[in-house]
Amino acid sequence: MYDSGKVIIGLLIFAGIFLFPFIYDHGSPAPKPKPSLDTPAIKALPEKKCVEDTQFMITTHMQFLNDWRDQALRDGNRWYVNKEGKKIWISLQNTCMKCHSNKKDFCDKCHNYAAVQPYCWDCHYDPNGSKL
Amino acid sequence: MITRIIVAFGAVVGIVIAALIGASVPGLRPLIGVALPYVAFAIFLVGFILKVVNWAKSPVPFRIPTTGGQEFSLPWIKWSKIDNPSTTGGVIMRMFFEVCCFRSLFRNMRTDLRSGWLIHHPTKWLWLLALGFHYSFLIIAIRHLRLFVQPVPGFVETLDAVDGMFQIGIPPIYLTDIFILLCVTGLLIRRLCLPKMRFMSLVADYFPLFLILGIVISGLLMRFVYRVDITAVKALATGIASFHPVMPEGIGAIFFVHIALVSTLLAYFPFSKLMHMGGVFMSPTRNLANTNRMAYHENPWRKPPKFHSYEEYEDMYRDYMKEAGLPLERE
Repeated sequence: MYDSGKVIIGLLIFAGIFLFPFIYDHGSPAPKPKPSLDTPAIKALPEKKCVEDTQFMITTHMQFLNDWRDQALRDGNRWYVNKEGKKIWISLQNTCMKCHSNKKDFCDKCHNYAAVQPYCWDCHYDPNGSKL
Repeated sequence: MITRIIVAFGAVVGIVIAALIGASVPGLRPLIGVALPYVAFAIFLVGFILKVVNWAKSPVPFRIPTTGGQEFSLPWIKWSKIDNPSTTGGVIMRMFFEVCCFRSLFRNMRTDLRSGWLIHHPTKWLWLLALGFHYSFLIIAIRHLRLFVQPVPGFVETLDAVDGMFQIGIPPIYLTDIFILLCVTGLLIRRLCLPKMRFMSLVADYFPLFLILGIVISGLLMRFVYRVDITAVKALATGIASFHPVMPEGIGAIFFVHIALVSTLLAYFPFSKLMHMGGVFMSPTRNLANTNRMAYHENPWRKPPKFHSYEEYEDMYRDYMKEAGLPLERE
């Protein structure tokens, strides 16, 4: 091999960059977080059910909440009718966070895990009163 | 020529269909989601290194730098230090501009007949699309680190925030997503619509373009339309990166399409023109200083010539020469 010193240094840099996730994780996996449903309001529910089904809420809640915001604040329509025909009052603080009052153990769990920084909290307050 | 386009497009569609079928069979999911990425990544890493080592074994007996400007000569003739470097520093500058700014694409010229005149004029479209595509791809690859490592390093979060700074929609649209879509489409249109390009484009030119376009589109669909549980995806990705593979529930079929296409790209990489990633550093037309005239370059495989002196000749044939009565220098 010609210029082996330079070529080997180059290849080591290449391998280092592409193996970065393997080196950084050094064999410890990061299991999926479990957002807590342990709040007094949820415990008191007769049937543990969000406004739509769980799988839909897990994958699509962000688009859903964005639609809610547009409906409530831009169209002035505060009523949402879910797939079962139930009427729901559109409000992050008074509907969503009435049950999910544990932002730290619910919202933040997955958001921190997936490194998502939603801008909900630029305007909204956590019901516990602290500006986040 | 059209067949080449159809074959390349058909291959990508075939991978998408295979991934969709695989995703619908529960037993095949770990195969596509875990085993395929491992195999593809191993092929990529080992194949890339072997290819570069193989290149490094080839002798470059003479310096063949591309002379993009006036070479170093007399002090009063202006020397183009970067486009025709004769020092290591100049070569480093040249490589920097080549790798980071695609300088040789920037020098791209077209020749057209314009109102009876043959005009050579610069054309920057290829440079612009290539630069936009490569940097978008780089930023997108770095952004994906958020799914592979825990805790997520600060620079990844910063890059993510900057890339999505316009906060359009939820989840935010990334600027690089728009750029890469535009640039890859532009590069594809260039090959499809310019007759000269279509004439010389092969399956190996179309296939990576369709493949990358497929990766971009499947990624965008996953983010904005057929949403998947991102925490499950991260559990899978960190599982792969930490050698504790898991196959979480609740990941939609679109994810398997995305991962199958990315795995294909990785496995195909060392055998394709995409190896220009390593090749640009190994290119003797770029990485050699133009010292052809100012330094002595010895042919590396040159053996010292075998001389046969008259003395040795005489020693060899002394007896015969004496017999024939020829004059000898030594008796």
